[in-house]
Amino acid sequence: MTTTTYTGTDKPNYLNWKTSVASWLLTYDHKRIAILYLVSISIFFLLGGLAAAMIRMELATPKGDLLTSDVYNKMFTTHGVIMIFLFLIPSIPAVFGNFLLPLMIGARDVAFPRLNLLSWYFFMAGAACVLIALFRGGIDTGWTFYTPYSSSFAKGEVSLAIVGVFLAGFASIFTGINFLVTIHKMRAPGMTWFRLPLFVWAMYATSLIQVLGTPVVAITLLLVAVERTFRIGIFDPNLGGDPILYQHLFWFYSHPAVYIMILPAMGVISEVISAFSKRRVFGYHFVAFSSLAIAIIGFLVWGHHMFSTGQSIYAGIVFSFLTWIVAIPSAIKTFNWMATIWKGRVHWDTPMLYALGFMGLFVIGGLTGLHLAAMATNVHLTDTYFIVAHFHYVMVGGAIMGYLAALHFWWPKMTGRMYPEGWGKLAALLVFVGFNLTFFPQFILGYMGMPRRYHSYPEEWATLNVLSTAGSSVLGLGYLLPVIYLTWSLKYGKVVTERNPWGARGLEWELVDTPPDPHNFERTPIVTRPAYDYNHPEEPTGFVPKPRPVVVGGKDG
Amino acid sequence: MWNFPLVPPTASKEGADISLLYWAITLLAVVFGGIVLFGVIYLAVRYRADNNAVDRSNATESDLRVELAWTIIPLILALVIFGWATKLYADIYAPREGYYEVFVIGKQWMWHCQHPNGVRENNILTLPAGRLVKVSLISQDVIHAFSIPAFRVKRDAVPGRYNAMYFTPTKPGEYHLFCTEYCGTKHSEMIGKVVVLPEDEFQAWLEKGGQGLATATTSMGGGAAGGGTLTLAQQGEQTFKALGCNACHLNPNSAVKVPDITKTWGGEIKLADGRTVKGDEAYIRESILNPGAKIHAGYQNLMPPYQGQVSEEQLVQLIAYIKSLAGDSGGGK
Repeated sequence: MTTTTYTGTDKPNYLNWKTSVASWLLTYDHKRIAILYLVSISIFFLLGGLAAAMIRMELATPKGDLLTSDVYNKMFTTHGVIMIFLFLIPSIPAVFGNFLLPLMIGARDVAFPRLNLLSWYFFMAGAACVLIALFRGGIDTGWTFYTPYSSSFAKGEVSLAIVGVFLAGFASIFTGINFLVTIHKMRAPGMTWFRLPLFVWAMYATSLIQVLGTPVVAITLLLVAVERTFRIGIFDPNLGGDPILYQHLFWFYSHPAVYIMILPAMGVISEVISAFSKRRVFGYHFVAFSSLAIAIIGFLVWGHHMFSTGQSIYAGIVFSFLTWIVAIPSAIKTFNWMATIWKGRVHWDTPMLYALGFMGLFVIGGLTGLHLAAMATNVHLTDTYFIVAHFHYVMVGGAIMGYLAALHFWWPKMTGRMYPEGWGKLAALLVFVGFNLTFFPQFILGYMGMPRRYHSYPEEWATLNVLSTAGSSVLGLGYLLPVIYLTWSLKYGKVVTERNPWGARGLEWELVDTPPDPHNFERTPIVTRPAYDYNHPEEPTGFVPKPRPVVVGGKDG
Repeated sequence: MWNFPLVPPTASKEGADISLLYWAITLLAVVFGGIVLFGVIYLAVRYRADNNAVDRSNATESDLRVELAWTIIPLILALVIFGWATKLYADIYAPREGYYEVFVIGKQWMWHCQHPNGVRENNILTLPAGRLVKVSLISQDVIHAFSIPAFRVKRDAVPGRYNAMYFTPTKPGEYHLFCTEYCGTKHSEMIGKVVVLPEDEFQAWLEKGGQGLATATTSMGGGAAGGGTLTLAQQGEQTFKALGCNACHLNPNSAVKVPDITKTWGGEIKLADGRTVKGDEAYIRESILNPGAKIHAGYQNLMPPYQGQVSEEQLVQLIAYIKSLAGDSGGGK
């Protein structure tokens, strides 16, 4: 290990106090684990994006001419598996949740630092399994692994990929349980439940889903592997199983998993909109409880993925009803964010642009969910490009816009460097425009009936598909730009030494160094104000108590 | 370049109703989306940090009345649309009477359609305009889905179980038929078309054994319509004999005591375990493949299971035959 001498105010921070490779790979520091996750998922995002680019290039022409059908099917499977299990699920929780949760609640670290590191290793082991499965010929089951196709028909390393998803699932459970205990047990004195930043509330709701839902999908996928390997009839009717049972079990997790992706983004948006409007989040309690409502009701709507399977009409009515109800908390959040901007002092910086972009795209994604909550229209639209457009508006337009907002907002805190503002704004604009160009035409294609996962399609849909492919190249550029300029800024960006470059409220801005001290706070802070107290700029949210004088021979001595 | 469609054709009674609902929800979405999108932009511009000309006094941070307003108003609208959509769905997909029934079997990667009079079609389904149609769907391998966008209807073809879908074609013409549940390599080639004919042309087509239509084979890979002179039920009778079912069933001299299968279809069947089940396609199918699953009250489990020995096509024929024994010809009684 190298040692560095520091002089004057050049205090060591979590990035430079130890520099060996081992100090990173064996770290228990939640901030370093966040960085490990950030680097890993960025790589997976680029891989998943590459597969998406192949898909859109193939679909630029109606005929299946660029790729063979098998390769095309592997591409959309690769895209889905990587983007969902290796990017979106860990994205905001494992990177920003890890980095920020202890800072926001005034804790030294998460409750179980070793479990936190183990989470990253499980994640990487899972990712390795998935990638090996992909490089050894790939799999073509779709990310949904529907039986009996996945269990009795598909060729390739399906079981290995399933083991990968299983391991990554455990990483997610570890993160969730860590956050739940951390939020319950490690809040600083004075940090009451209703003084918590809304990002923490969102992480709490997310963690509940991770802990309660992930085991179900983990076991379900393992059963698919068991049926594949040992031919034990669970899901394949030829072996005496039930293929619809698989869908129930799969969506019991995978619908709430959508909220694992979107709730953290909603938490970020609350933070960013408040910080750049210089105003307390309007209706704090409603926004906080709407996260919990989404997490709870979200567990009871899975059957809306199955209206066309022949599911009983009565079951369908219940699932449809609850789906309409779960839309309401999202509407509440959106209106409260608008009211937060009202009479605020709005700064149009890059994180705010992404947050405004989030609101635009999430609203479209959410409102097109109404067509799918209604059973009569759902059946026409399900498994078409309407669905593809809808969930990309929510999970890419929503979750990734939230992720990018977070990345820019906390970038100076995490790295001690500022990103270039002009490039940031340009990228935010490109992402927004490119996204709409890519996915809006897909709503129209879906209403006309274009099925998803099609390698070729009728001629009359060529124009809208060309538009979508053109949009995807703009979107791709919009995503590549931050990769380039954020990396660039690590070396050449403006150095940030002040704690609070945005003038935001919150312990991580007011009481934590930039970049943070390895131990976060010198001593456990004491919280005296609610979150987002922009009306009282003279009153800090909390303070770090001065060390008591050391009495020689005394108890503390 | 600019001559491309933005909406699908609407060619069924149900499709027209679903379209109306679709556009009503779209209108709701446009209104709410418009309020939020323009509201956000308006507020973010008006209250930009360097604009000191706006009034920022009395900036409340919470207000129960507005919270209730923007909770309850969307909730009421949601419940209204929920009621409408649910009623419409139940009207379309709940079991209906007085239909023309077609059996469709999905397999990697084609659609096999069987008309009651014995006409068979691959990747083409020819139907009469103006009549309620029931499609009974099953798959012989993985899950497929039978989607006709012009009718706005869809159902999964699931191995091991019959699913039903109903619709009333209204406009003669040719419409896309897609498999919409991913089913492997040639998923995107598991396509075809639905041909809707005026009633009289359809009857003529049926009587000619499904021959004589220029559309019988197409570049879409549609197979020739075919079928002999036997109806589906008659084919079922042949299969019934070929499999030796008649050794016991419908045999007055049988040494074995067997249930009366002429009363199976549509009947209420008392089981040995005390339950009562309906004599439907699923029950008949299960009782052929795995007779021990549900035993008639008063009978013993003597029949050998036919799992793996009867094809989906033969099962469909046998079901049609058993239906015909109960007086149901399947062809729009």
